[in-house]
Amino acid sequence: MSDLLEITGLTKQFPGVLANDNISLTVKAGEVVALLGENGAGKSTLVKAVFGLIKPDKGQIKISGNVIEYGDTAGVIAAGVGMVHQHFQLVPVMSVTENIILGDEPRRGFFINRQSSRKQVIELSKRYGLEVDPDAIIEDLPVGMQQRVEILKALRKDVKLLILDEPTAVLTPQEIDELLLVIRNLAKSGVGIVLITHKLHEVMAVADRVLVLRGGKAIGFTSPKESDEAGLAQMMVGRSVVLRVDKKPAKPGKAALEVRGLQVLDDRKLLSVKGVDLTVHSGEILGVAGVEGNGQRELVEAICGMRHRVSGQVLVAGVATKDMHPHAVHLAGISHIPEDREKHGLVANYSIADNLVLNQFDQAPFAKGWVRNISQVNSNADAVVEKFDIRTPSAQNLASSLSGGNKQKVVVARELSEDLKVLVAAQPTRGIDVGSIEFIHNQLIAARDRGAAVLLVSAELDEILSLSDRIAVMSGGEIVAIVDSKDADRNYIGRLMAGMKA
Amino acid sequence: MKYLSKRNLLIVLIAAATAYFYSKDGSVTTSVVSTATSFALPLALAAMVGIMCERTGIVNIGIEGTLLTSAFVAFFVSSLTSNILLGLAASIAVGSLLGLLLAVMAVTWKMDQIIAGTIINILATGLTSFLYVQGRTIPSTFPEYDIPKLMNLPFFGPVLFMHGPLFYFGLFVILSLYVALFKTTWGLRSRAVGEHPSSADTAGVSVARLRYINVAIAGAIGGLTGSFLSLELVGSFERGFTAGKGFTALALMIFGRWNPLGALAAAMMFGMTQAYANQLMIDQVIQIPTQFIGVLPYILTIIVLAISAGKVRPPAAEGQPYEKADA
Amino acid sequence: MSDTKKKGFDLGNWMIPIIAVAIAMFIAGIMMKLQGADPISAYKTLFTTSFGSVAGFSATLGKATPLVLSGLAVTIGLRAGLFNIGAQGQLISGALATAWAGYALTGLPAFIHLPIALAFGIFFGGFVGYIAGALKAYRGVHEVITTIMLNSIIMALSDYLVVYHFREPGQLLTRTSEIQKSARLPFIFSLPLGFFIAIACAVLAWWIMTNTTSGFRFETVGRNKFAAWYAGISVKRTLVMAMMISGGIAGLGGAVETLGVTYRFEPAFNAGLGFDGITIALLGRAHPLGIIPGAILIGGMRAGASNMQFVAGVATELVDLLMALILFLVTAPLVTRFFKNTTSKSVTGGW
Repeated sequence: MSDLLEITGLTKQFPGVLANDNISLTVKAGEVVALLGENGAGKSTLVKAVFGLIKPDKGQIKISGNVIEYGDTAGVIAAGVGMVHQHFQLVPVMSVTENIILGDEPRRGFFINRQSSRKQVIELSKRYGLEVDPDAIIEDLPVGMQQRVEILKALRKDVKLLILDEPTAVLTPQEIDELLLVIRNLAKSGVGIVLITHKLHEVMAVADRVLVLRGGKAIGFTSPKESDEAGLAQMMVGRSVVLRVDKKPAKPGKAALEVRGLQVLDDRKLLSVKGVDLTVHSGEILGVAGVEGNGQRELVEAICGMRHRVSGQVLVAGVATKDMHPHAVHLAGISHIPEDREKHGLVANYSIADNLVLNQFDQAPFAKGWVRNISQVNSNADAVVEKFDIRTPSAQNLASSLSGGNKQKVVVARELSEDLKVLVAAQPTRGIDVGSIEFIHNQLIAARDRGAAVLLVSAELDEILSLSDRIAVMSGGEIVAIVDSKDADRNYIGRLMAGMKA
Repeated sequence: MKYLSKRNLLIVLIAAATAYFYSKDGSVTTSVVSTATSFALPLALAAMVGIMCERTGIVNIGIEGTLLTSAFVAFFVSSLTSNILLGLAASIAVGSLLGLLLAVMAVTWKMDQIIAGTIINILATGLTSFLYVQGRTIPSTFPEYDIPKLMNLPFFGPVLFMHGPLFYFGLFVILSLYVALFKTTWGLRSRAVGEHPSSADTAGVSVARLRYINVAIAGAIGGLTGSFLSLELVGSFERGFTAGKGFTALALMIFGRWNPLGALAAAMMFGMTQAYANQLMIDQVIQIPTQFIGVLPYILTIIVLAISAGKVRPPAAEGQPYEKADA
Repeated sequence: MSDTKKKGFDLGNWMIPIIAVAIAMFIAGIMMKLQGADPISAYKTLFTTSFGSVAGFSATLGKATPLVLSGLAVTIGLRAGLFNIGAQGQLISGALATAWAGYALTGLPAFIHLPIALAFGIFFGGFVGYIAGALKAYRGVHEVITTIMLNSIIMALSDYLVVYHFREPGQLLTRTSEIQKSARLPFIFSLPLGFFIAIACAVLAWWIMTNTTSGFRFETVGRNKFAAWYAGISVKRTLVMAMMISGGIAGLGGAVETLGVTYRFEPAFNAGLGFDGITIALLGRAHPLGIIPGAILIGGMRAGASNMQFVAGVATELVDLLMALILFLVTAPLVTRFFKNTTSKSVTGGW
């Protein structure tokens, strides 16, 4: 039997990054192949190449024996390749049915055949046991349900090869288990599956073979039988992973940040933070664990003055802070590493130097009255670039020229002043390279040791477990438990995250 | 409750006022509303240009330039060839060419779309002023064609069924666009491209191709609008002939929530306001200096936008070039 | 990598505008040929008239003066992420207000009268800008539409005011009385003083944009509204300020034109000056100093156009065509670079 997918010697160079370096891979029918690698390892590039969305510099991709051409996405889809995207490819304002039929609509002349469309969706959902409401509007559905639509959309087209890109990033552990079951069943029915992930236990649970990628290179094939989580992790990061970051025991002091009875609405005006109380003491890291979408983002934004607080208070050293005014909150003593660094943290076409003073450009020593002190801005920048090891030829370069990790270092450097009182770090290491992650982790701990109160919010449970002194678990907009990290157990926290009474 | 919006209330109010005036004086009201439809149709058609573009994610601020150029071409080609049908064909061709120009700038070059549209506007002004020749005439305008039987309906007859051929064709375009946008595969795909282009792309719909096609068709509609103005409604052309109608159309598009029927209703409200104002002046009920008569639509445009702009949701991908690798 | 420029503008590359002007002249030349005129003689007349003599050059600088200011007005807007295509209306408001202050206020010495007249222009231009800015900031109405609509409204309003209220007594033409001698801008070495005022404004604007906290606020809002808000900059206030200053500068352009060239207000006199500002701003790559050569070039074309019509028989509207072509040619490569990498949909965002 010929291979469903055959990639040979795929190479793709982006400006400054060799995203894929001579990668080869085959997938047979009924097989689950995991593509394991960290963010930036080249997984997405590989998949985009399969879909003809980017043009490889070298190498060839065959689907069921036929070479695919750049730009022929429709041809790839016609050949039976389906994709479940990490960022859902769903039109938020359209219905489930409309989204599923898009691109291959049942028609009557020029018109869409609504009845037959709807029927198709219902049948599809029955066949795979994935229940959805065909008439619901996507943006009204919870995330897990949206993913279901995404999967159905992919399955509709007689899929022979299904690619799932980080499908579990937004799911609860229970939803993940369900998904893994769906994957196994699909494979049993003869579908070839490529599972892209950086989560080791998923690979162990479901994959037949594993291709590990690192820095654009194929490190090698293995399988759950031949390896274990530690072995996979080592292949993935290239050295033995330090699961626990080295740190001294915390010496918590007085309460520095207090959140009292905080209630916040999300973008859809639904109550997503339902009365949260938190206290972070100086000299400790409080980690907030939780599956994404359980109110963490809204919590952070409300604390930092970026989102309206419906009720409740945020106090720094006992003093209430202003609602909806991020700069006032900053001046009150809360430093913030924002989740969306491109949107809030940086001005892409400003120099690194200007970005480093973005929230203090009008204060001494960077300005004297109305006039900016450019030489101070520049000397500050040179010092910071040196100290934070920001990889750039000059601090005068544009922030947009930096890699993700170095951009994040610029944001972190700006927020970490010497007299830091409170630091709120939201997903501080998302999407950045291992070296930068380690650097930022060390900076967070150093800040703690200097007496700062750190509130760390991360979707990476491992990050929470390794950095935090105490862990608050957030589920359904509430803090369901606060545990000492010494007593923290992965499974126990996982159950709490899923909203189960542990 | 859904249908009791302020917007619909406004339509009901205007309809009620019209009915009241009609009961008072049938012939005057009929002629006022008939004038209003003539005012409204080119505005509504021009709004269709905007809707076509924006529903696929392209902001078209160059409608004014498209109207101006195509009205000019329609007039001068008709004048040179003594054939208004050739003028119509030429204006539609030029309209779609300008659409393609916008598509090149916005889709291929990924330029800022507001600036791309402004270029079209300035190019149109420059070209038409330079090439304009005084004193030309056209053989005739498109003649009024009264639809048998329907024209005899009281009120609706003169209002809807006693116009020229381009009026009927324009109305047909508006209604078809509504059906096409919401009932056909083309419409579904276009809206998907305008809302979330990568969804469409991953479903095998070519974002760039659809944008090109739609913006070019939109340009052709702009060309038709230009012809309607110079060959049917007015029968002449001067510099600056279109007088901001392309911008008013954008306001109508927004007020009509990017829905062809909504924009048509908004255009009708505009037309009615102006027709009533004219009538009141003729009747000497109110007296406004002549300078201000033409200004009414501009003021209305600003008011309409000030009321509605922040509250309606435009197509999500509007104005953003689509980068394939973002998928 | 050539990413070492501080502000993200490719200021080093001045070839694009020059090439754009050359190609535009070539295309326009072909069109003249098609109309049966002689493009070489037309261009020769155009440029010897405007740059060939001291008197001609002085006229050119006179024409260039309001253009520097309207180009600067558009530039300031662009820097804050606003596309002010209403410089025309702002300029007219300024011109009319200044004209009124110039003829109606009597008995003042020049050193008082002149500044007052200029201030009238700045204030009224700024007020019109403020309307568009406030509508943008507080009602989310796109400034391109409001400023275009305001252009037409102001055109009508000024026409009305001149016809019914400010008309020169006993005059049949729609125009105001001539301004007092005390409000006239003098010439220095046969060059108009207004020109130096305009250059001083451009230099000042450049210094403010690069060296002050206000300039930094403008630029930050222009490049990333979210980051600006997050960093404690009031985006709304900045937008309103930017539109107001932009309008004020355009108004000053009208004022200088009135006090230095026309000496009165006549509705059709200023037509097009504001729109030329758009071309000039983009030709000058949205740099406060970069607009000066473009303004002089276009001022020269405007100054020489009527003589060209007389000698070569080419309509003065040729200049409009040239400007449109230049704008098209210069923006394609520029704008792609100008607005790339901005996370905010700075110019086109939100109606």
